[in-house]
Amino acid sequence: MPEPNPVSAVAAPGFVLERSEAVPALIGRHEDFLFISGLGGTACDVGAVAGDGAHVYSLGGAMGAAAMMGLGLALARPDKRVLVVTGDGELLMNVGALATIAVVDPANLAILCVDNGHYGETGWQKSHTSLGVDLEKVAIGCGVKHACTVASKADLAGGARLLREANGTCFVVLRVKPTDPAPFKRNFDGSLLRDRFRAALQQA
Amino acid sequence: MESAVTRQAQTPWQHALYDLLREHGVTQFGYVPDAGHSILIDRSLGDPDVHSIALTTEEEGVALIAGADLGGARAVLLMQSSGVGNCINMLSLIRGGRFPFLTLVSMRGDFGEGNPWQFAMGQATQPTLEAMGVICLRIECPEEVVPATTAALTMAFKGGQAVAVLLSQRLIGAKPF
Repeated sequence: MPEPNPVSAVAAPGFVLERSEAVPALIGRHEDFLFISGLGGTACDVGAVAGDGAHVYSLGGAMGAAAMMGLGLALARPDKRVLVVTGDGELLMNVGALATIAVVDPANLAILCVDNGHYGETGWQKSHTSLGVDLEKVAIGCGVKHACTVASKADLAGGARLLREANGTCFVVLRVKPTDPAPFKRNFDGSLLRDRFRAALQQA
Repeated sequence: MESAVTRQAQTPWQHALYDLLREHGVTQFGYVPDAGHSILIDRSLGDPDVHSIALTTEEEGVALIAGADLGGARAVLLMQSSGVGNCINMLSLIRGGRFPFLTLVSMRGDFGEGNPWQFAMGQATQPTLEAMGVICLRIECPEEVVPATTAALTMAFKGGQAVAVLLSQRLIGAKPF
C-alpha cells in the first residue's frame, strides 16, 4: 500500500509554488519543444502538459541522464528547441553535467529543474537543496549564462521567456512544495519511446 | 599540408581510426581526457564538422550518445578503462532504450601495467561491460584497429547493439611506472 506523503516532507522556506500549476505555466505551448524528462515526478509533470506524445522521452531509470541526453539531442537537432525537465535529485546525481553543458552552450537547450527539495520517490527524504545547496548558483558557477530561480508567481513569466528565448543554454530552477505531481500513467518501455521519438522527429 | 599518407606512416592507426569514425557519420565525440585517445581528441577538436565534448565523468557520455541518437546523430564515447566503472548504471539507459552504443576504451591495468592501482578496474572492464549487455571487441595489434572498429560500427549503428572496442596496452603501450 503506498505511503501517504509523510509529515517529514516539510517545505523549506521559499518552496511555495504548486508544481501542477507552475510547470504548465513555464512550458506553455508544449509542441514547441522536444522533451527529455526525469524518471519520477518530472515524468508526470511533462505528461500532464504534453500527454503521451512522441516528442517526449521520459526516463524510467538511469538517474542522472536527463541533462546530458538533452545536450546530445540539442547538438543533433539545432533546428529544434530541447527542454529537459528534471528534478533536484536527478540533477544532483550528475551535477557535473552542468559544467559540461555550459562549456558547449548550445543555443537551443533549456533545462527546467523542478526543485521540491526532496527525494519524493523514495520516501520524501530531504535533498541537498533543502539543506543549503542553490542550484542556480551552481549553474552560474559552471558558466551557464542564462539562469534564474522561479520561486513566486511573479517570476513565472520571466522563467517562461528564458526557457523559450534564451540564446544560449538556459537553466531555470522552479522551487515548488514537496507534494506529489498529478498522477500520469506513463510508458516505461524505453525502446518504444526511442523508436517513436526518432520516427516522429524524422518526419517533422 | 601534411598528406594522409605521411600522417599515417607516422601514427597509422590513430588517424585511420578517426577517419573511419568520420566516414561512418560520427559527429559527436564525448571524451574524458586520456593519453591513449589524445590523437582522436585533438582531431575532433580541430574538426569544424563535429562536436567534441569534454565530459566531467564518463557516464555523461553514455547519456550523450542516447540523446544524439534520439536526434538522428551518431556519437561515440572515448574513455579509459577506469571510466567504464563510472558508466555501469547509466548503461541501463542503453539497454532499456535499445540505443546503439559505441565506446572506444583505452586499457589500463592490462598487458605490462606497472601501476597497481589500475588493475582492479582494468581487469574488471570486460566482465562488467558484458554484464551490462555491451559486446566487447579487443584489439591487440595495429593491423586489427580498422577491421575491428569497422565491425563495431556495423554492429552498433546497423545492428543496434552496444559495443565497446577495447584498445589493449599491447596496442597502445603500457605505462611502466
